Amino acid sequence: MKIVIVRRISQVFFFLLFIWFCFVLVLGDRWYQLRGWPVNWFLELDPLVAIGTVLTSGQLYGGLLWAVVTLVLTVFLGRVFCGWVCPFGTMHQFLGWVFHRNKRAPEKAELNKYRPAQAIKYYILAAMIGAAGTGLVYQITSYLGSRKWGWITIATVIVICVGLLVAYRFRVLPSFLKRRYIMWGLGFAVAVGVLSAIVGRRLWGDGLLLTGILDPIPLVYRSVTLFVLGIGEGLTQMERYYVGAWLIGTFFIAALLLNAIAPRFYCRFICPLGALFGLLVRWTPWRIGKTQARCSQCGLCQKDCEGASDPHGRFRVSECVMCMNCLHVCPRDLIKYGPDRSASGEFNTPKIDRRGFIITLGAGVLSVPALRLTGLTGPNWSPRVIRPPGALAEAEFLKRCIKCGQCMKICPSNIIQPALLEAGVEGIWTPILNFRIGTSGCQLNCVACSNVCPTGALRPLTVEEKLGRGKFASRGPVKLGTASVDHGRCLPWAKDTPCIVCQEVCPVTPKAIYVREVYRELRDGVCHVVQATNTEIVVDGPQLTPGKLGSGDYAVRLLDGPDQRHRMIINNTANVIMISPLDGWDVPPRKNTRVAIELRLQLPYVDPNLCIGCGMCEHECPVSGLRAIRVTAENESREKRHALTF
Amino acid sequence: MNQHNQHRRSSNDHSYQVDLEVLKRRDFLKRLIKAVLVSGVIAGGAKWLYRGSALSNQEPKRVEAGLPDFSVSEVGRRIAIVTGGDRAKTVTRAIEALGGIDKFIKKGDRVVIKVNAAFATPPSIGATTHPDLLKAVIKLCYQAGAESVVVTDNPINDPPTCFQFTGIAQAAEETGARVVLPRPEYFELVTLPGAKLIRNWPVLVGPLKNATKLIGIAPVKDHHRSGASMIMKNWYGLLGGRRNMFHQDIHTIITELAMMVKPTLVILDGTFSMITNGPTGGSLDDLKQTNTMIVSTDQVAADAVGATLLGRPLSALPFITRAAAAGVGTADYESLNPIRDSVS
Repeated sequence: MKIVIVRRISQVFFFLLFIWFCFVLVLGDRWYQLRGWPVNWFLELDPLVAIGTVLTSGQLYGGLLWAVVTLVLTVFLGRVFCGWVCPFGTMHQFLGWVFHRNKRAPEKAELNKYRPAQAIKYYILAAMIGAAGTGLVYQITSYLGSRKWGWITIATVIVICVGLLVAYRFRVLPSFLKRRYIMWGLGFAVAVGVLSAIVGRRLWGDGLLLTGILDPIPLVYRSVTLFVLGIGEGLTQMERYYVGAWLIGTFFIAALLLNAIAPRFYCRFICPLGALFGLLVRWTPWRIGKTQARCSQCGLCQKDCEGASDPHGRFRVSECVMCMNCLHVCPRDLIKYGPDRSASGEFNTPKIDRRGFIITLGAGVLSVPALRLTGLTGPNWSPRVIRPPGALAEAEFLKRCIKCGQCMKICPSNIIQPALLEAGVEGIWTPILNFRIGTSGCQLNCVACSNVCPTGALRPLTVEEKLGRGKFASRGPVKLGTASVDHGRCLPWAKDTPCIVCQEVCPVTPKAIYVREVYRELRDGVCHVVQATNTEIVVDGPQLTPGKLGSGDYAVRLLDGPDQRHRMIINNTANVIMISPLDGWDVPPRKNTRVAIELRLQLPYVDPNLCIGCGMCEHECPVSGLRAIRVTAENESREKRHALTF
Repeated sequence: MNQHNQHRRSSNDHSYQVDLEVLKRRDFLKRLIKAVLVSGVIAGGAKWLYRGSALSNQEPKRVEAGLPDFSVSEVGRRIAIVTGGDRAKTVTRAIEALGGIDKFIKKGDRVVIKVNAAFATPPSIGATTHPDLLKAVIKLCYQAGAESVVVTDNPINDPPTCFQFTGIAQAAEETGARVVLPRPEYFELVTLPGAKLIRNWPVLVGPLKNATKLIGIAPVKDHHRSGASMIMKNWYGLLGGRRNMFHQDIHTIITELAMMVKPTLVILDGTFSMITNGPTGGSLDDLKQTNTMIVSTDQVAADAVGATLLGRPLSALPFITRAAAAGVGTADYESLNPIRDSVS
């Protein structure tokens, strides 16, 4: 079997496996539900996830150890992940074929030749790595800056470099000490010195993980699980909503349509994961190459080159996605895969401008303090950002969340939603809870999201820990926020209408929502007795709606005399009010006694010490527009600074 | 020769001009016909689509029939109260006391069991129909020759999770019953004659469509708004739409639900009663062991017995007296000569 066929089988296999993992990401124990499927496997294989989270958090979490397999394979074999495994790459390759299949060979060769813009992906990677590494930069520079010997060292290096420059000017240096080495040393020392002076824990202390925005694996996961399966309601038989899914879908479809410009456009020009691989393949022992430099330049090898890596000429190792299309097409059989370097020369490293790379890396580093100036992880934290249970404190959360959407897909209630700008630009597509959408609030006994998170941005919880039972009893339950009653909108509070659905559905025991009973005189509800028995009074005043007061919520009370107790009304006509014979007056009220018709209302209150912010109340509140009880992030367990109570 | 030539040329010119004229005219006519056709389509389409009045914002008057009557008339109003801690035993004994399951379920019956699966909580919490009880009832139905048993509810929490976490789905699967989750197409607008609230309201009719028998199974629970949640309140789970609005007039909606649903049998599980924090509960402290199983053909009587387990007077539960007044059943359950027994 030709190697190209094997590669295609591999691609189809991993693509179908990926689609299957997206499909089974549904809570349940059937074979077509989550059960034990390793639904995160592609994310775990993705070394950009692993390296990004290691840079920001200093920890290689859980299943991300799989990335080592990918990295080692790449170092030895080249970008096999891109050409053989990546489901997004497979989509691009297929669409590239669809868009360009009718073109003639020379046109295809032209499409697939290397373009300098392919360097852009390396700059994107640099910016992302820079942002992730800000915390590290802070740690190193603040360490130097906070110590006397650190400053002495920096100053000494600067003085030595300046001295060497002077010496260089007078040509008294040995020839191996080139001027640019001295300039590099000087620039580095000055940069470290400046940073040491300006960095601070508040804005620079924590890196930001932004890789997920363009990292192909999280991108394709969220696009398929939220957007494709979201609109495919007939297939999934699930009614899902995802806020801003149009944006996720637009990114996805745009990325796919870019193949009309050139095959694997995303892989060649944008993909930061491909860029990471491109930097790693410089030493691959086995590679594609020509066995002799001169050939007829027929272009057949270039015709289907997926990576645009110029196999016909000076071969670009970093761009080759190991599609192997060039292997069998050479009429003179000059292209081989093996231990030899290409006879027509190679570029072992990507063609990137070192200055551009350093500038984008620096811009990435600087983006973090710039974004943090908004104060979203500080005093300007957004109460609308209610994170799923198990979420770490915001800065730690943003160090790990790759915006893959796994928690949003698994949530059986469909309340975990991709953020737009609620959590800042840096928080786009991170999970926030929306209690208006979905089938309920956050269900007490469900810990699915925290256990599916591939990076530990959501810490895996047990039901015991979430509920604060057993050995977690002293810590109490995980709180997502606190509910507050909007007194201007609440039916019993503001609109003389009984309700307390919120109290009913509050799942905490004892209930975090409790009621205080009040009797409120109806509008125009005071009248006079015209005639009375022990259980019936005829009153004057405006006509009553027959039967309305018999609902069990209305009471009548005499305003004169010793017995002013409330008595429940069991029925009424336009001017007669009836009460239960079991509850009648001892003496019929006298004529002209003032009578109040009152409504018994239960007014809901929230106990902030008990409320866990699950949002059941907000979800069920019958004031269906802007809910009359709403959860905000105050008192969330993950940020002690947001506490409401002691 | 010259003249001849000229003549030929002019005649040529002439025929050329004639051809051109014909072609021009033909082309013009073609365009004219097409333009007329297009105009006709536009005018016809406009006429077809034209409605003078603006769309009314009121919901369409789509009044569907109510629910079928599932009651078994020859049994009449009966109630059995059996004490004991084992749900399977007490329910079996209680049904026997009413004449046996064969009185209610005949061979070939398609049975629907309306459970309380409102919350995604484990059975021990007592907020939902207990799976042991459900299993016993499903087995009895199949013993009596039922063709199929369907278990359904429209819960408050996420439906699939509710059926899973409550153990109801597993109980149904083990005993060969089918769980029907509420899907939008199962809801139909229902109007209860003379009702104030159930008018053009979506009701979970789908699972009941082909059914011949209906059994309601609910636990005894505290409920702050209505006083208690038992058999009649459990029919709330047949409602769709934004049903929470009905809390504004809770006793009326419960009364109307009891009027709308005419079950074959109701089973009120007071093995444990949720005394506080209802209807969600969440802790064993909210439960009290009351060791009572109530099986009845009269849902009002069943709830009246349940009220005694909660220690609530009828005056605190207006929906019971109102349902009795509406003719659904009797609140004075002693008048039905309840069959009392005990199994250990």
